Formats: sequence, C-alpha cells, structure tokens
Amino acid sequence: MANPVKSLKAQKHELGETEFQLKVLNDTEKLGFEMPKFKSKLQAIDLYPLKPTGLEILQINVGKMCNQVCAHCHVDAGPDRKEIMTKETMELCLDALKNHTFHTVDLTGGAPEMNPNFRWFVEQIRAIDSEIKIIVRCNLTIILANPRFHDLPDFFKTHKVEVVSSLPAYTEARTDAQRGNGVFRDSIKALQMLNAVGYGQVGSGLELNLVYNPSGAFLPSGQAGLELNFKRKLKADFGIEFNQLFAITNIPISRYLDYLIVSDNYGAYMEKLLNAYNPGAAEHVMCRNTLSIGWDGFVFDCDFNQMLDLKVACGAKHLRDFDREELENRSIIVNQHCFGCTAGAGSSCGGEVAQATA
Amino acid sequence: MKTYYNPEDLKKFGNIGEFGQELADKFFSYYNEVFKAGALTEREKSLIALAVAHAVQCPYCIDAYTSDTLEKGCAEDELMEAVHVASAIRGGASLVHGVQMMNKTKELLM
Ligand code: SF4
Ligand code: SF4
Repeated sequence: MANPVKSLKAQKHELGETEFQLKVLNDTEKLGFEMPKFKSKLQAIDLYPLKPTGLEILQINVGKMCNQVCAHCHVDAGPDRKEIMTKETMELCLDALKNHTFHTVDLTGGAPEMNPNFRWFVEQIRAIDSEIKIIVRCNLTIILANPRFHDLPDFFKTHKVEVVSSLPAYTEARTDAQRGNGVFRDSIKALQMLNAVGYGQVGSGLELNLVYNPSGAFLPSGQAGLELNFKRKLKADFGIEFNQLFAITNIPISRYLDYLIVSDNYGAYMEKLLNAYNPGAAEHVMCRNTLSIGWDGFVFDCDFNQMLDLKVACGAKHLRDFDREELENRSIIVNQHCFGCTAGAGSSCGGEVAQATA
Repeated sequence: MKTYYNPEDLKKFGNIGEFGQELADKFFSYYNEVFKAGALTEREKSLIALAVAHAVQCPYCIDAYTSDTLEKGCAEDELMEAVHVASAIRGGASLVHGVQMMNKTKELLM
C-alpha cells in the first residue's frame, strides 16, 4: 500500500469532499455490480430505522492533527490538518459527562495527545468520575515524536487511562506500508515503554489493547487466532505483552476508499463486504450505544458518519443543545459504508461484535 | 480472447450443485467441517490449503487461499514458505521415483 505524504484535503483531492465520497459509495457503475442498499438489509431483519439501545460510550474526536499520514486513515488526518477541539468545546463535553451517565469516554483523533489541552481534558474527566473508563486511541509513535511526549505512559498510568493502539502487523514491512516509514520501530519502542510502566502486565490493571486493521484490500478474520499469533510473535521478538487484540475491518471511506479505487480493488472489496454481511453483527453495531463528538462540538452516530459529515438526525446536532432523550430516540443514519461494520463477525472500535455465521 | 480459466468463475463454485445438488451439498458440508479449527488452527489449515493449491496448480484455489491466509494474518514470508513446502514435496516426489528408475536400470544392465 503506497503511503500518502499529505491528507486528501491538502491535496485538494475530490475524495476530500464528503459529498463526493457518498456519491462514489452509491455509484453502481463504479462498483461494477448491483449492490443492495444497506438500509434494505436492515429492513429485512426489522432493524430499520436503526435505533440506539442506549447512550453508554462518548467517543470524542479532539482533532484531526496527527504526526502520521496512514494510507488507510478514515479521518484523513495528518500534520497538515489544523482542526482541533478548543477548551470551550471540551467544557461542553465535560458538561455532557457530568449530567449524563456514560460508562466510557473514548478519546480519539488524529493523535489526540497533540491537542494542547489533552492532558487538562483527561484530568477533568477523571475528576468528574474516578471510575469512568477513559480510553485513548494512541498511535504509539507520538510518544517518541517529541521529548514533551516521552512521559505519556506515566501520565496515562496516573489517570488510569486504557491505551488502544493500532499495529497492523508484527512485521516491519507490512506496518510501514500502511502507516509510514519507521512507524514499526517507533511503535515497538513505545510499546516497550508502556510495558515498562506496567501496561499490559498481568495484575497491573493497566490495559493495553492493540488494533489490527488489514493492510490491504481484504477482511480481518478470526480475532482470537490473530491475537494468539500477535502475542506469540511480539513476545518472542521484542518481549512485548498486551491484553487484547481488536480485529477491525477497514471502512471504505476517505483515504482507504482512495486506496481501493487507485489499486483497482474497490468493486471487489465492496463485494467482499456484501458477501460477508452478517445480520447478527448488524444488531450490535457500535452506533447503537455510542455517540461521537467532532472537534467542533457537533454530534454524530459514529466516527465514520462524523468523517462523512452526517450529523445526527435530530434537533440536538451540537453539544450546546445536548438532549439525552432526543438522542436516545433518534434514527441512526446509515449508508453503504455501514457494510464495513457488518462483515463477518462485524467490527467496532472494540473489535469483533458477534459470532461469525459462516 | 477465450481462455480456460476466468477469475469470475471462482464465484460460481457454489453453483456447482446446479447439475447435482445432493453430492454438492455433501461436498460443501464436508469442506466446511474440514476447515474448522480442530487439532490444527484455522490459520494452519489455510496455509496447508495454499501449499496444496500450488501442488495441484489450481488457479482458483491459489486466488482463494492467498486471500484467506492474508485474512488470517499470515505474512508474505509465511505464504512463500508454504509454496516452497509444496515445491519441495513435488520435487522430492519426482526425485524419489528416481530410485525406481535406478532399480529398473540395474535390473536391465549387465
Ligand atoms: S490512522 Fe491514526 S495514526 Fe494514522 S493518520 Fe489516521 S489518525 Fe493518524
Ligand atoms: S458506519 Fe457508523 S452508522 Fe454505520 S453501522 Fe457502522 S457504526 Fe453504525
């Protein structure tokens, strides 16, 4: 997979526009076959309109700025992206957390740690609730990117933050192809630093989970088998330990969509997603218990809808107008990219969601 | 250009029952059972399948099991080592018959 140097937005690429992405996803000619609508798949199992099962997880995207430019990035993040959450918007998130019960706050980006108010934000969340689960989607290399980030493992430990990090392979070539040159080596060093303060160690209570996204136009298969192998290899080669591996399907939007089209894999990949459609996974898609907040305070059904600029279909489109009841009764917006969440065992930010049917 | 092999035909494998459902059903149910994790993991079975695909030189199976091994998290060197195993066995199978040739030769020569 060729690694881009700039975001689609900075390249002024047509796929940098969300309307264009949605047009492509619904373009039968581009697909080369008649793909049923995701909506019709939900209708067939009485799941349309798709409704939330509750609000349990608040996923907050604190900005698109990142030190990496990964080829599969659905955020189109990179060093050239300047959109980051302000302290005022973080205050609105804190209000939502104070007044409503979410059991988990999931901080994502870009590289969330690059937001200058990131540490303040984590401290405030921890101050509201000493038990709430705080997750940070840490890309690992940020820990080594600059001396001011070297103490992040200690900071995470102090505030009992669960670390979730992408590592597409336990080999250098495969990882660097997806995430950029030198990423594998820095990721390994960062994992060793996290291990050194107790992360991923039995009995420490400090969770270190890895995310596996296929580095190419294929689906992940068998989370348990992948986890076993990652554990064996990382331990043997680098002495690294971690808790769980989440196998996640690449969603065909943004830079991954660009990769699929450029590599002439688009139609075949969508067909793979369709053939692997699993109604059991559809019932457990993460948008049913998660709300996603954008860097500017707008509210979305999930991080993918956020990147397609599909704001929630109800009055409470911004955190300023947060209305739990309205949000719990909204209909979730679905489109063709949702097939990525329902393929095989299904995937969410926490990996597999259901028992595979085939 | 007409060729004997068409990548699109792989997708039609499931339709093989059109000319005889009962045996096709029996084959696919056996096939699916074989590839479930047992004493061997699904990953190991997939690598074996990739090697056998090369031994029997089936382009459909090479296509299918290249994807399948990647999906199961195998790395490029693992795929290539599986192909070398197939190659070694195929080569060895030819070579070991050289013993028969030698036997026969010794029988015939003075
Ligand atoms: S995938 Fe993560 S680490 Fe890579 S560019 Fe996107 S936000 Fe940054
Ligand atoms: S893409 Fe978002 S809205 Fe669609 S099924 Fe997945 S989580 Fe739900």
